Amino acid sequence: MANITKSPWLLHYDGSSCNGCDIEVLAALTPVYDAERLGVVNTGDPMQADIFLITGGINEQNKDVVKQIYDQMPRPKVVVAVGVCACTGGVFKDCYNILGGADTVIPVDIYVPGCAARPQAIIDGVVQAVALFQQRLDEHNAQKRKEA
Amino acid sequence: MKLGFAYVLLYIVLAPFIGGFLEGLDRKISARMQRRVGPPVLQPFYDVKKLLNKQTITVSTSQMFLLITYFVLMVLTGALFFYGADLLMCFFVMSTAATFLYFAAVVTSSPYSSAGAQRELIQMMAYEPAVLLTCVGFYLAAGSFNVADIAGGAMSNIVFLPGFFVAFVFILTIKMRKSPFDTSASHHMHQELVKGLTTEMGSRNLAIFQITEWYENVFLMGVVGLFIVNSNPISIAVAVAVILLVYFLEILIDNSSARMKWQQMLKITWVVTLLAAGVNLIMLMVVR
Amino acid sequence: MQIVPFLIIFPLVVSVLMFAIRVNKVRNFFAYLSAVIIMVGAGVLTVQWGMQGFAPIALQYDATMVDHVILAAEIILMILVTVLSFKYKKYWVSLLSILPTGLIAYFELNKPALEEVGQIYIDHLSILMCLIVGVIGGLIVVYAVGYMHGYHHHHTEFEDRRYYFFALLFAFLGAMFGFVLSENLLWIDFFWEMTSICSFLLIGYTKTPEAINNCFRALWMNLLGGCALAVGIVYFGYNAGVVSLHGLVDLAVAGNKVAVIPVALIAFAALTKAAQLPFSTWLIGAMVAPTPSSALLHSATMVKAGIYVLFRLAPAMAGTTTGFMIALIGGFTFLVTSIMAIAQSDGKKVLAFSTISNLGLMVACAGVGTAETIWAGVFLMMFHAISKSLLFQDVGATENALHSRDIEDMHGLLYILPRLAIFMFIGIAGMFLAPFGMLISKWAALKASIDERNIILVFFICFGSATTSFYWTKWMGKIISASHLQEKTFKDITKKNEVISLTIHAIMMIALCVLFPLISRVYVTPLINEMFGFGENVLPDAILYTLIVVIVLVFAVPFFAHLYSKHAKVNMKLSYMNGINTGDNRKFVDSMGEEKTLWLSNYYMHKVIGSRKLMVPSQIFTVAVLLIMLSMIIGGVLV
Repeated sequence: MANITKSPWLLHYDGSSCNGCDIEVLAALTPVYDAERLGVVNTGDPMQADIFLITGGINEQNKDVVKQIYDQMPRPKVVVAVGVCACTGGVFKDCYNILGGADTVIPVDIYVPGCAARPQAIIDGVVQAVALFQQRLDEHNAQKRKEA
Repeated sequence: MKLGFAYVLLYIVLAPFIGGFLEGLDRKISARMQRRVGPPVLQPFYDVKKLLNKQTITVSTSQMFLLITYFVLMVLTGALFFYGADLLMCFFVMSTAATFLYFAAVVTSSPYSSAGAQRELIQMMAYEPAVLLTCVGFYLAAGSFNVADIAGGAMSNIVFLPGFFVAFVFILTIKMRKSPFDTSASHHMHQELVKGLTTEMGSRNLAIFQITEWYENVFLMGVVGLFIVNSNPISIAVAVAVILLVYFLEILIDNSSARMKWQQMLKITWVVTLLAAGVNLIMLMVVR
Repeated sequence: MQIVPFLIIFPLVVSVLMFAIRVNKVRNFFAYLSAVIIMVGAGVLTVQWGMQGFAPIALQYDATMVDHVILAAEIILMILVTVLSFKYKKYWVSLLSILPTGLIAYFELNKPALEEVGQIYIDHLSILMCLIVGVIGGLIVVYAVGYMHGYHHHHTEFEDRRYYFFALLFAFLGAMFGFVLSENLLWIDFFWEMTSICSFLLIGYTKTPEAINNCFRALWMNLLGGCALAVGIVYFGYNAGVVSLHGLVDLAVAGNKVAVIPVALIAFAALTKAAQLPFSTWLIGAMVAPTPSSALLHSATMVKAGIYVLFRLAPAMAGTTTGFMIALIGGFTFLVTSIMAIAQSDGKKVLAFSTISNLGLMVACAGVGTAETIWAGVFLMMFHAISKSLLFQDVGATENALHSRDIEDMHGLLYILPRLAIFMFIGIAGMFLAPFGMLISKWAALKASIDERNIILVFFICFGSATTSFYWTKWMGKIISASHLQEKTFKDITKKNEVISLTIHAIMMIALCVLFPLISRVYVTPLINEMFGFGENVLPDAILYTLIVVIVLVFAVPFFAHLYSKHAKVNMKLSYMNGINTGDNRKFVDSMGEEKTLWLSNYYMHKVIGSRKLMVPSQIFTVAVLLIMLSMIIGGVLV
């Protein structure tokens, strides 16, 4: 079984957040928290990403964007919703243009609560996402072997 | 003859490991320079392993074919070098390989990838004179373009070629995609072009690109070593030390400089090439 | 050897025939027939010469009669130029024709007792030129028949004077054969003038104000070279009592002072013909002519006449001030025009600049004048002739189909006009990619210039090859990029005869690449031998083997990589446009929520390095170099 837990590459997408969670996501990469020691790289390119980190809620304008970026990522992939807005829509929930959390357009795997989410929580979310990431690969491989 | 083939075999087998290991060290040292813990030294291997295990994706069907050609030609470059063949031919093959990388990036017609490719092309134009002049320097110092003859001299060539060494290390910053000149691929978290010419390369294609970079780096480090190596076996140890030193210098430059626009890069590189290699060349032609 | 006069006279006769026949179909038939006869003729000449042992042959005719005919023809040409320059109010240009013709006529009538030598000289170099002129010239005529049909179909604003066009093409072919086969300098002078005037008339074919302007520029620059040539010949004739090319070279090699000035003047004339700086502008202006004439005269053959003369003079120039001047001008032109080529987006302009640039490298090779550089120069010439002819014809055919020859419009040409794109790809690859011979020639040129301690040339080559690869790679990338166009908007309307010519060119290109080591051994090394009297194998075995490995791999790798990637299972994804790709990689959603078409463009940097910015300073520099060096040379002899 190929072990791919050591190299989670992130794609960070900012929906309609207040930027609080985005700052915390970047804080996770700074020397204090240093997410890179877990192999985390903030790629910015869906083609190269494994974990889709989404902050802020989904609105009318970005729902297609989020869907398209999600589609561009190669399998296996995991989606992490960071902060309460990405989880449910948060304080913006009742705004005229907000559809809700990230799970209104794409399947979300890990919900990281907080307003804003703390860096420790974000890293914890990523670590859980990595486990899921490995599990998906294993399932996929097992199925392929069965077919063969 | 037989020794040459042994070196080639060693290169083909070991270069990815050495290159990957060097990149791991690079990331670790960079992290330390930024007061971080940094990833494990073997991180680049984990990354490539993961990339190879992901779903194979592409934007254009011909991209993989172009990348494989890039890969094989780069391996050929290094193989020719470690076999002891003609240095100038090595660099010609290298530039052909680089052309295929350019093709792999533009074939997608993707905006970010194409913009990165254009920058890559300017980088190629910036470093090529220095590369060719380095060959000229070796030819003057050793009387031959053959790597085997150059490495087999009684004295280290750097004695005659300090200026060429400076010029070569300078353009090495471009070739290794290090910070002041990392305009085309955005290796290091600079994301104004997303991932530059690698934007449309995911999973397996990116792995091919990554491994080719390792082969290329080992070849380039070999050229750095060529400045030092002579017929005395001890010189090989010295060469390894110099290579590590140069690599460290590149990491230091990477972490301590802001990036330049292509105009500045082209200007500075050509001026440095003209000054360092040019003065050295004139003096060498007088002496030899 | 009856074939020699036949090769010179036959095209001239056909030329008259072309002019006389006004029915397109009949004329086309005769054009095909004559093109084939000329190609066969060049082949027969080669075989006949080969059966006599591949040795240099000097042919001597009792040619007083011919001398008179040539003189008469020269005067007719002079009258033609004078009439035309008065008609278009460029009076002073006529002076440049009257002066040398008068000088030559005076010399003919009052000539001293001249040493009897052959008028025709056949050796490896002239046979090579004959083959280039015959084969490429013949193919271009075949191509032109189809092309000119389409040309007048699209450009109804120009008067259809195809009879005139083909008459000039054939007249030019005859002049070119005469030029490369002649030994007598007076004959060389006549054929030289004749090629200049053919080029002049062809550039002015469309009679637009721009064409008239450009054709007179080409005329005066070439006639200026003709003046230098005439003065050199007459000076040499009076002082040495002989007017043969080899007589001149032998005297110069022996160190005779008499030969110094003629060599310098003839070399100067060659610079104008090869469109080196400061005379490069005429070749750029010549691109207004219909494409077949650009392919034939302005890249594949006529400009090579200058190179041919310089190769002949190379042993005489090696190590002299003249040689240094020529190498300097050539190297400088190589670098500067390749930089200017970067800023061009018009396909034909890029080809024109790169032609000048490559000619510059050949000129520099001749100027250094050692066995190695001539070896490199001869290969450059062969590769350049075939690939440029291919590229010009291809750009012409593409323009007919695409209604544009702008490189930006060739985005995704591989998917729009696949056949033409592949030919273009082969042609461009031949110009700079490993393992095609351009690179190995550059290798030899670089090595030789280091050996000769020519520092300036080393720099020119190193920087020039960087800029050269830049504009070619840029162009190739455009061709293979995924197309912006949705459906098949353009139809490939290339005529069958055009395709035949293009295919043969592409095959020759690849054959030359693969057979490169063989040709070096069998043909080019003996050529060098003949010229320098010693046999040196320029291509060392080690390089040869490396080259073979590279050739095999460069052709095999893409093939197998293609097979592999074709069967690899991949999942197609949209290209990354920040998530606003509308689904076919060609459009995105703009800020108003509407679809916008993507348009990608290359870097041209024309504000930094455009020809407007660089041309004048570099012309001033080269004029200064020429003036200073020429006065040094002439002063050195006279004082």
